[in-house]
Amino acid sequence: MTTIPLAIPRPVHPTGIWSWITTIDHKRIGILYGVTAFLMFFSGGIEALLIRIQLARPEQNLITPEIFNQLFTMHATTMIFLGVMPLSAAFFNFVVPLQIGARDVAFPRLNAFSYWTFLGGALILKMSWLTGSAPNGGWFGYSPLTGITYNPGHGIDVWILSLQVLGIASLAASFNFIVTILNMRAPGMGLMRMPLFTWMTLVTAILLVLAFPVITVALIELFFDRAFGMNFFNVAAGANAVLWQHLFWVFGHPEVYILILPAMGIVSDIIPVFSRKPLFGYGTVVLAGVIIAFMGWMVWSHHMFTVGLGPVANSVFAVTTMMIAVPTGIKVFNWMGTMWGGSLSFKTPMLFALGFVTMFVIGGISGVMHAIAPSDAQQQDTYFIVAHIHYVLFGGAIFAILAGVYYWFPKLTGRMYDEKQGQMHFWLMFIGQNITFFPMHFTGLNGMPRRIYSYYGGLGWDFWNLVSTLGALILAVGFLIFIYNMAKSWRKGEVAGSDPWDGRTLEWSIPSPPPEYNFVEIPHVEDRDDWWEEKQRRRERRAVPVVAGGSDADEGHDIHLPQPSYWPFFVSLGLFIGGMGLIYLMNVDADGIRTLNWAALTVTVAGLFMGVVSVYRWSFEPVNDPEPDGGHAAH
Amino acid sequence: MLRLSPRYRYLIALAMVGMLAALLFGCTPNDPHSTFDARGPVAQSQLNLFWIILAAGAIVFVLVEGAIIYSIIKFRRRRNDEIPEQVEGNSTVEFAWTAGPTALLVLVAIPTIITTFDNQVSPDQNALTVDVVGHQWWFEFRYRHPDDPEKEIRFANDLHIPVDEVVNVNLGSEDVIHSFWIPKIAGKVDMIPGGGNTMWIQADQTGFYYGQCLEFCGVQHANMRFRVIVHSEEDFDAWLRSEAEPAIDSPDPLVQEGKRVFLTAGCTACHQTQSVVNVGQVSLQGPNLTHVASRTNIAGGVFDNRGEDGEVNDAIFQRNIRTWLEDPEKAKTGNVMAREAPSYMNPEDALSEAELSALVAYLSSLK
Amino acid sequence: MANATAAVTHGEHEPTTTGLDHRKLLMWAFLGSDCMFFGTLIATYLVYKNKSIEGALPIDVFDIPVTSVSTFVLLMSSMSMVMAYAWLTRGNLKAFRIWLASTAIMGATFLAFQMFEFRDFAVHGQLTPRTNLFGSTFFTLTGFHGAHVTLGVVWLLSILFHSFRKGGVTPEKNLDVDLAALYWHFVDIVWIVIFTVVYLFGVFEGFPGAAVSTGH
Repeated sequence: MTTIPLAIPRPVHPTGIWSWITTIDHKRIGILYGVTAFLMFFSGGIEALLIRIQLARPEQNLITPEIFNQLFTMHATTMIFLGVMPLSAAFFNFVVPLQIGARDVAFPRLNAFSYWTFLGGALILKMSWLTGSAPNGGWFGYSPLTGITYNPGHGIDVWILSLQVLGIASLAASFNFIVTILNMRAPGMGLMRMPLFTWMTLVTAILLVLAFPVITVALIELFFDRAFGMNFFNVAAGANAVLWQHLFWVFGHPEVYILILPAMGIVSDIIPVFSRKPLFGYGTVVLAGVIIAFMGWMVWSHHMFTVGLGPVANSVFAVTTMMIAVPTGIKVFNWMGTMWGGSLSFKTPMLFALGFVTMFVIGGISGVMHAIAPSDAQQQDTYFIVAHIHYVLFGGAIFAILAGVYYWFPKLTGRMYDEKQGQMHFWLMFIGQNITFFPMHFTGLNGMPRRIYSYYGGLGWDFWNLVSTLGALILAVGFLIFIYNMAKSWRKGEVAGSDPWDGRTLEWSIPSPPPEYNFVEIPHVEDRDDWWEEKQRRRERRAVPVVAGGSDADEGHDIHLPQPSYWPFFVSLGLFIGGMGLIYLMNVDADGIRTLNWAALTVTVAGLFMGVVSVYRWSFEPVNDPEPDGGHAAH
Repeated sequence: MLRLSPRYRYLIALAMVGMLAALLFGCTPNDPHSTFDARGPVAQSQLNLFWIILAAGAIVFVLVEGAIIYSIIKFRRRRNDEIPEQVEGNSTVEFAWTAGPTALLVLVAIPTIITTFDNQVSPDQNALTVDVVGHQWWFEFRYRHPDDPEKEIRFANDLHIPVDEVVNVNLGSEDVIHSFWIPKIAGKVDMIPGGGNTMWIQADQTGFYYGQCLEFCGVQHANMRFRVIVHSEEDFDAWLRSEAEPAIDSPDPLVQEGKRVFLTAGCTACHQTQSVVNVGQVSLQGPNLTHVASRTNIAGGVFDNRGEDGEVNDAIFQRNIRTWLEDPEKAKTGNVMAREAPSYMNPEDALSEAELSALVAYLSSLK
Repeated sequence: MANATAAVTHGEHEPTTTGLDHRKLLMWAFLGSDCMFFGTLIATYLVYKNKSIEGALPIDVFDIPVTSVSTFVLLMSSMSMVMAYAWLTRGNLKAFRIWLASTAIMGATFLAFQMFEFRDFAVHGQLTPRTNLFGSTFFTLTGFHGAHVTLGVVWLLSILFHSFRKGGVTPEKNLDVDLAALYWHFVDIVWIVIFTVVYLFGVFEGFPGAAVSTGH
């Protein structure tokens, strides 16, 4: 297999599908990330709809208990690892280099690698629906339930390996963005002049780089237990059944901020533009983000208030969890301060950003409620928590991501989305969100456990479950409008121009869509909100309207860009094949006897060999082959 | 001051009334699982904290969302708007909204910590102790024998406790992590295999309460329930003594035939019919059936055996146990008995109709 | 080439905001991440220290003098790596190759010790990864460290072979070697931690490990 790519010469000017497979342009990778992540997000949405339909009425039997458990496991894993995280990554890719005045990311091939690896991990997970062994242990995978004794088969192995592959993808992307942001800022752009989204990307990437290895180790240990009969979570051998929970949440709580900080960054960029005011208290907002990331490491046990850590630990974690509400609150207050005295325009991005703030406040308040350890004991694992997480992750992260999609859509495509449909989408989402998830507060406080496939009538849960299901259908309609709007506007929307929102940051100073090299000349940054200030300065000099950037096609001729490459794709393919093989490496029968699956071992070795060879070829491939006309941007 | 057009006023008023109505309508304390109907000091302390934090949250909610709505209306862009003043921040204001929430949280933290310790430390270490053991997917309850400290009494699905008395609960599990939760009496505490969690509970009123496993524990997590029966003190003592007795051995030939089926069809591999065992003896995989016919529910709460008067009804019990034994997989998909008992695994070992009827008669006699 | 001064996005000489090369910064970020990786493995080991129910314990299998020798070899390899890099920057390729090769050989020696040790534990100590908590945590932790060393040896050897190509390794391109050296020193430091926490604290009672063992 590997001999074929070895013989292939470097793709200098690939076309068609190969131009996408070999691309290392951060904007194209951003598009790949975004489109893939939305597809995954919709698949997770379908899983959610099936859950909601099953729970619409008491004692329904549309879905078997086993499939129901697979559905909620896949729904959460999908939404977190294949939805929100890669959607944020799509924005990192597309927006960050434009915001810092760079022509690409620091390691374009590594960037391509992280996308293809993400796709591989996503496919490993999603293909399990077809092989009939979808994971069923919850996205948190608590041992011993995920051990081989209580969970035979390969469902959990699928979950482990897909998370490992996705972890590699996330780590690669995060290394890349840390270096890009620290090292590739335009001259004059000090750290405290960076746009908030770039700042939060940096903080998120650092969090991810430090948090992901923890879950990597936990998953390795779980895999070793399952495949090779080791003892990490084997209670009979003296293992601590709660260790997994510690490892998982030491990763899992920073993960929550990995999901929400980019969203906060997006909103912090949008609100000033649509208020025509700079962000209120820029320094405080940045600092609050950094403090949240730091404190995110000190609160993990609030997920474990009821596992019996003792009153001292519970008190400490209750207090740290309350404290983390302070910097979060500061952010909300500063967004309000930004709007105060501004001139607010309610285009779709702003509507979604405001939707984010209002919904996040509700999710934040219910979050502080969970910090109250004793009363949390009445709420943990009830629908009250389901309400809380959806207010912060759906009403929060997804609303902010949609705000970002509408906000940067004209920059991405050069065309304008349909404003009317955008507003319709927003109102369906806003209403649907509250109809779906607010009643879950009631069902939760009325004692409805989460993760139950059915319930008996007469417990006071019937009505509100039906309401939630109806709300979910409203959300589905909203997303159909969104898909239609995006698909149509991408091809046929009005031409947007370079700066449709009267933007404040550098990405609005270049044409839409941006040329492959982004900036004809690397800008010199003199201010925070540099593009806004620049426009004011020009306006003062001569009262003529400012046209952004040069759109002259000839200008980019002499800019050298790195050339496309096959190797990132093939390394990822190798990881994907190797991961698939590892899932089925060991067969464990009912008596716990393990036998090696030789076919799976062969596939694993083949995949890893392919990966290693491709890594080698990649290492010795120069960024640019010394070819007379190779790498010119305009062709 | 902001001047609202009547349309906006109307909308805001409507939204507020709607939300208030939803709040009142949404949380009805009468529901069996409602956390608003505390019937014991632990649940009450948890509810009190909930009200405190809800009040604090409501203040924040109204202030923040109010300010946002105010800004949206007041500062919306109008035609001929000038570019607003480019305010970059204000240290005083920012200090205020850092200090304000911090102070509020400190106020909430104090009762939180006090209650955390109170709920953990039992007020009476020598009170009645019950060991609760989780199994996939049912609860086992173990009581100290009132006369013989070497022995304990085992029961399943129903937790019996005396009213107005502290009960110390030791929590454990035979397989995966489960959780012990009686919404009206105490919030959940996890049941960890190999781990010794403890809690204390107390019920202020006699009656019948609902309990449920609240930690995802596998395919039938939804049907891992138990019931709590709070007796007066005398009733409880009487109940415990009767539990320690063996079940009535009825001379009825059908019952005797059922007993023979029970002993030969493989049931005894997982089920015991002797309620008094040595302390700490490892339980069999299935519930102890000594007094099964006196239980308010079977199969982890899938079947409710009570009649309209709230007492266990023989006819309902017989019907339930028959449905259960006919096809346990249908009644509780994925349960261990359907998966591992020979009568359900091998068609040649399946119970005949006559054997089933006898078995039902036998089990119904176990009171 | 139309314009020799045209801005090139990527290349050795491009000025960066921090002044550090991209790859160097990447390496530091990676090592930070790897710290958490080993930190978690070591934490697992410590949580389970003295919790094994049956089977061999550290005191039964460890041979401190032998492991001290392999530890010393690994430490010396770090010094040798420093020498290799120093000779490279001074332009003496021959000395560079000798020191680089000796670094790789010492790394391989360490690995040979480790394989010998693993085999010895399994055969004489009856300790395998499946035996008990100590076996699982010990083999996983040291095994992953061994994998890191293996990767390092392969990396060093690749540079060595590459250096025989014309222009493959030059004093100007010393960053290639610098990165490998950084990685090598990191792996070395991790071993010092493992040797102290796992081996020394595991055998000598007086060490603070005894207090840690009851943790959690």
